[in-house]
Amino acid sequence: MRDTLTGSRIRERRQISGLRQAELARKVGISASYLNLIEHNRRRIGGKLLVDIAAVLSVEPSLLTQGIEDTLISALREAAADAVGQKAEVDGLEEFAGRFPGWSGVLAQMHRRVVTLERTVETLSDRLTHDPHLAASMHEVLSTAAAIRSTAAILAEPGEIEAEWRDRFHRNLHQDAERLAESSKALVAYLDDSDGQRDLRGIPLDAVEAFFAEQGYHFPELEAGGKLTDVLLDGLESSAANAVASGLLELYAADALAMPLDQVRSALDASDPDPLALAAAFSVDLVTVLRRLAFLPEGTLARPAGLVICDASGGVLFYKPAPGFALPRHGEACPLWPLFTALNRPLVPIRKRVVQLGRTAAQFECFAIASPQPAEEFGAEPVYRSVMLVLPVEDTVRPTENAAQVGVSCRICPKRDCGARREPSILSEGF
Amino acid sequence: MSRKVLLIEDEPNITEAIRFLLTREGWQVETHAEGTDAVQVILSAQPDLVILDVMLPGKSGMDVLRDLREHEEMKALPVLMLTARGQSRDREMAEQAGVSRFMTKPFSNAEVLTAVRDLHAQASQS
Repeated sequence: MRDTLTGSRIRERRQISGLRQAELARKVGISASYLNLIEHNRRRIGGKLLVDIAAVLSVEPSLLTQGIEDTLISALREAAADAVGQKAEVDGLEEFAGRFPGWSGVLAQMHRRVVTLERTVETLSDRLTHDPHLAASMHEVLSTAAAIRSTAAILAEPGEIEAEWRDRFHRNLHQDAERLAESSKALVAYLDDSDGQRDLRGIPLDAVEAFFAEQGYHFPELEAGGKLTDVLLDGLESSAANAVASGLLELYAADALAMPLDQVRSALDASDPDPLALAAAFSVDLVTVLRRLAFLPEGTLARPAGLVICDASGGVLFYKPAPGFALPRHGEACPLWPLFTALNRPLVPIRKRVVQLGRTAAQFECFAIASPQPAEEFGAEPVYRSVMLVLPVEDTVRPTENAAQVGVSCRICPKRDCGARREPSILSEGF
Repeated sequence: MSRKVLLIEDEPNITEAIRFLLTREGWQVETHAEGTDAVQVILSAQPDLVILDVMLPGKSGMDVLRDLREHEEMKALPVLMLTARGQSRDREMAEQAGVSRFMTKPFSNAEVLTAVRDLHAQASQS
């Protein structure tokens, strides 16, 4: 790919130097038509001719042959794919990047910024709509403000009020002012957690997920047959978070015992993992395989795998993110994810390629299965849980015709005429 | 005859301020701070008007209102709803539940007094 841009750079440099094509051709001893083919990347160039052209243009030959970063080309492709109502000339993309590296960089940077902002909207939308802690905090602040406003207005009225009432209102005002200061500080601290610091909001699942993330989703103590007590549950301050983490780590230890790491490594060849084949090879169920694949040391799989576990109400019980993969943490996720459709067909293994609608149009290979939890007594209603392994598909520009379309949540999903839509999208076209 | 207002609000200082304002206006003010048994309290108190907070312990004000309107004799009772959530969606929900007036926090004393006077006047005419 890099060679194909050399001609474009020669043309750009020639134009900067103010040389006509025929002039440059004459100086290096080739015909103008041949130089024209070179400049349009239709003839490869190297060796002495390249050195001569570089000398005439007063640049290092490497400057003409140095390729554009693959990431830039990739970012431009993504920007083109995400464009709404505007068809970009993708065929001429490399030429564009070669001729205008600065503008290409700006475009790629803007696209990355849009993607980041879109993620922020998703997060805040989810949090504002479904976060009970935030709703309660806002209610606390506004109620206290209402009390202060009302009380202060009474005290500010002209004329005397009874001393008993006046004293009482002064006391209330003082209490509410203190309370407002505290609740405002707590609210700001709560909202200001975007720097990735450990979550201190006290929601057990969030704390557990932060703990797993800090450990890289891998626990060498348990790989070596260690006990649960060998794992230091640092940072899990609440007993609820401790209990949730212990439950997950028990599963981890059992999975590691059933599928020893060295044997898993041997079983994984260069191709993408085949969970069903692994289940057969290790004589374990698919759920065990999906969990195990998600908790392998970094670098074992070609790309980091995501994992989601939910119950039959759709409540997320564990969430391990993967690059480009987004699922609302507090409910109202797109019901078209295989994680949820698996609940319609318990015990049926599902493999589905999905494309997540949005600017990134990220694609994933998803494996999911819903299965009942162990019964505690005869005749009890089965309690189902669904597990989904998410493997990002590397080539995001490959055609998406065979991929099922899923969104993040209806509120920020651009898909029209969707049978699963719960509410209108807030995204206007072109957002 | 004394007019009676039932104030269902779990913020004691809001309760105190509104009680003061309405007592001064000649209202007999009764208060309650729970959602769970709020309907029973309203049925028993037989007020001329109810001021109802949305976020109440035990049961939301929205559910209280829905249940209240199930009682035939309570269909016309003026209910002023107070809430910290002023989105149109919440307003629509309140209207569907049968609210008479919807007011978002933080409100002014004048707004509360005007709403109470208006609602009572409308109820007296009908």
